[in-house]
Amino acid sequence: MTGAVLQIEDLRVRIPVPGGRWVGAVDGVTLAVGSGEIVGLVGESGCGKSTLGGAVMGLLPGGSEVSGRVLLDEEDLRGLTDEQYRRIRGDDIALVSQDPASSLDPTFSVGAQVAEAIRNHRDVSRRAARERAVELLGIVGIPDPRARYADPPHRFSGGMKQRVVIAAALANDPAVLIADEPTTALDVTIQAQILHLLRDLTVRSGTGVLLITHDLGVVAQVCDRVAVMYAGQVVEQGTVRDLFARPLHPYTRALLDSQPAAHHRSGDLPVIPGRVPDLTEPPAGCRFASRCAHVHDRCATAPPVIGMPNGGQVACWLHQAVTEEVR
Amino acid sequence: MTMTMASGARRSRSAVAALPRSARIGALILVVLVVVAVLAPLLAPHDPNAIDSSRVLGAPDLGHPFGSDALGRDVLSRTIYAFRTSLAIVFGAVAVASLIALPLGTLAGYFGGWVDQVISRPLDMLLVLPALLLAISLIAIVGPGSLVAALAIALIYLPILARVQRASSLVVSQSGFVEGGRARGWSSAAVLRRHVIPNALGPLLVQAAILAGFAVQIEAALSFLGLGTQPPTASLGLMLSEGRDVLTQAPWVEIFPGLAIAVIVLAFNLLGDGLRRHLDPQGVVS
Amino acid sequence: MTALLDVRGLVVTFPAPDAGLRRRRVHALSGVDLSVGRGRTHGLVGESGSGKSTLARCVLGLQRPDEGSVVFDGTEIVGLRGRALREVRRRIQPVFQDPLGSLDPRWTVGRSVRESLDAFGVGSALDRDRRVRELLDLVGLSPDHADRHPAALSGGQRQRVGIAAALASEPELIVADEPVSALDVSVQAQILNLVAKLQRELGVAVLFVSHDLGVVEHVSHEVSVMYLGGIVETAARAELFADPVHPYTRALLAAIPVPEPDARLVHVPLSGDIPSPINPPTGCRFHPRCPLRVDSCSRERPVLQPVTAAHHVACPVALGARPQSDPAPAQN
Repeated sequence: MTGAVLQIEDLRVRIPVPGGRWVGAVDGVTLAVGSGEIVGLVGESGCGKSTLGGAVMGLLPGGSEVSGRVLLDEEDLRGLTDEQYRRIRGDDIALVSQDPASSLDPTFSVGAQVAEAIRNHRDVSRRAARERAVELLGIVGIPDPRARYADPPHRFSGGMKQRVVIAAALANDPAVLIADEPTTALDVTIQAQILHLLRDLTVRSGTGVLLITHDLGVVAQVCDRVAVMYAGQVVEQGTVRDLFARPLHPYTRALLDSQPAAHHRSGDLPVIPGRVPDLTEPPAGCRFASRCAHVHDRCATAPPVIGMPNGGQVACWLHQAVTEEVR
Repeated sequence: MTMTMASGARRSRSAVAALPRSARIGALILVVLVVVAVLAPLLAPHDPNAIDSSRVLGAPDLGHPFGSDALGRDVLSRTIYAFRTSLAIVFGAVAVASLIALPLGTLAGYFGGWVDQVISRPLDMLLVLPALLLAISLIAIVGPGSLVAALAIALIYLPILARVQRASSLVVSQSGFVEGGRARGWSSAAVLRRHVIPNALGPLLVQAAILAGFAVQIEAALSFLGLGTQPPTASLGLMLSEGRDVLTQAPWVEIFPGLAIAVIVLAFNLLGDGLRRHLDPQGVVS
Repeated sequence: MTALLDVRGLVVTFPAPDAGLRRRRVHALSGVDLSVGRGRTHGLVGESGSGKSTLARCVLGLQRPDEGSVVFDGTEIVGLRGRALREVRRRIQPVFQDPLGSLDPRWTVGRSVRESLDAFGVGSALDRDRRVRELLDLVGLSPDHADRHPAALSGGQRQRVGIAAALASEPELIVADEPVSALDVSVQAQILNLVAKLQRELGVAVLFVSHDLGVVEHVSHEVSVMYLGGIVETAARAELFADPVHPYTRALLAAIPVPEPDARLVHVPLSGDIPSPINPPTGCRFHPRCPLRVDSCSRERPVLQPVTAAHHVACPVALGARPQSDPAPAQN
């Protein structure tokens, strides 16, 4: 795919754990985010979605091993020195994480933190940075931004803090924004506000967003495309409309079915039997095989990534007959 | 996830084998020291208080490997007996302080509110007084001696340990299993005994072990100043004080008790530090 | 039919965490009425600051209300002590949110499940061991889980243990405070199915507290919606979801991110922040954010009024705007 602001190719991340073993948290992920596009990365805890975000930001636990390519505007980030990475972080790529309270320094005013985000990367005067910060606080919906510029974070509610974090993240018009569970800590009515804000701002500025979440509902609300992760691998990706209407991978289907909100009736929710495999010793073949209702002998071999006519991709033998593999 | 599973499995194995190496080394040294202290009469080659005018400031030799002091007493024998005095004071002081701090801190943390106020405010007042001043004042009132030195150290440590226990029991009290215990019909006393104390005890043990190392130094300081153990009884601090006068002529009188203090402090610090890493990997206990 | 649990006029305040000497108080509950029928599951839903967890704690006897009453099976439980309190506690059991935090990390699973059997002295030691195995089986765990520590279990297994522990004393009411919000969706479905199954088979009543309307919709017979310390609407499940009346309930329903791209939100259902329960708005607590606000809303505190027999709402404006069909007899 050309024109992608962020392109991840065959990314693998191994993280050391006590006992001299390694967790293969991300295993061969290929993913692209276009300008002004919001791509959802959805999966359950431990599937590697946050590690993937960390790999893009260059923020992984010490000792981690990374291979593959991460292209930002066609420049490979993997070759960067720490200093070069520091310079693009907060400038070309920005992060909004789950907990707005810990993203903000409690000892500085919210305005100063937004202004600092600007002055870190732009050679502008204090005054200009301040004016821009006030403007940004207004854009993200802080009422009376000039008066609240000097307030410390604890004077703000969780939702308002997350608005400030978004203002700081978007201060330098990043090409890519990694939003890691940005609304998980927020109440549902506030979540709706923040998702709308995120969508409005990034579509307007052309920022590509990788929205990492466990919530398929959130994906359906704001994303253009979606990738479903399971046990370190992307098992399916496609446009939100296609994937929700016709989920191809049995895991995607099971995940959609187990959403309580999707069932406007009582009776048992469909469940996925078994447990997520241990990623220190991942099973050979398809990683979902032990829990899959459609398991077959050939699942002992890792399934190919199959391109569908509608542009989606799925890693499952079930669809091999439909089209030929892409790689 | 993997880490919590690992620590859970570790906990169920033998408690000692599971400790980090530093804690095991510290514990081993302490066991040796306690054995030495207990068996002092058997191990000491000479009477520690026997004065021998022919050996005044005698250099180390085969019969007296640590040499002799200004009164011709055997430094090795005196050091062995001094272990006894100093360890007894340290263990006694830390045990008394811990045993009082445990209930006070636990109750303050669990009940909070006015119970906390009544317990914590007086302890805070103790805490603001300089430690040695507190000890010296107590001794000025009661008079010097080993027992008083131990009590003085306990008094210095009580508020510190009570604070540690209060903090950890406050944290444990807010966890679901404590509420659950109450909701499952247990009285506060039973919940404290069954859930709160076992889970909140770790930081107190760590702090007590670390403070025990410092207690050796306080005891030495008090004895050095003549406020602790009284001659002729041997204590490490007292020996340091005596050795100082003859340091240039007979350095062995000073060096060996000094080394002994260093070994005790090191052992307690290794133990405390290892326990801290074992029980509290996040470093909540300062 | 008399309710198993009848909460009336419950008021709870406590000192604000950072109040210092200013004596500010958090108004956690300000006059809450709620009843739960025998063998029914009552969903209690609300956002942060709504007071739903405080209400749960009052029912469990872990929080003493400033005013109001909690009547369980005809007995007032506010102010109970000693033996009487223990007896009530045997009959009302909790399931907590964080399945790791709610189990003593030093105890084996078996000992945690046994805790209330021991507390109430049920049967002999041998009986209790057998009962623990039965309970583990009931919640879908194998008997050898009894010897494991919580750290060696998955989140879903831990919550199963939490449920087994709650069932040990054969309670008539289970108060479950956010029992699935710490779990992944697929595990959450397993636990919800388990709660539903146990509720059907054992006939135990459940007060199910959650911030997640989807979850509440799935398990509940009746649903109450809370906002800033008060219940704004209460109804049978189907009626509440099909015909929400209170503007807050409507906004809350609209704000759920539905996993259907065709149901994308085109506008934000509710603007503004949730006010602080330290200094709640006057009159109707919802009026600063309410699209239906009229002048009187900032002065008068609305009370629950019937829409139909089993559907009550605390909003005279929304109620007045409805076409006057079958006038329901006022009944509680």
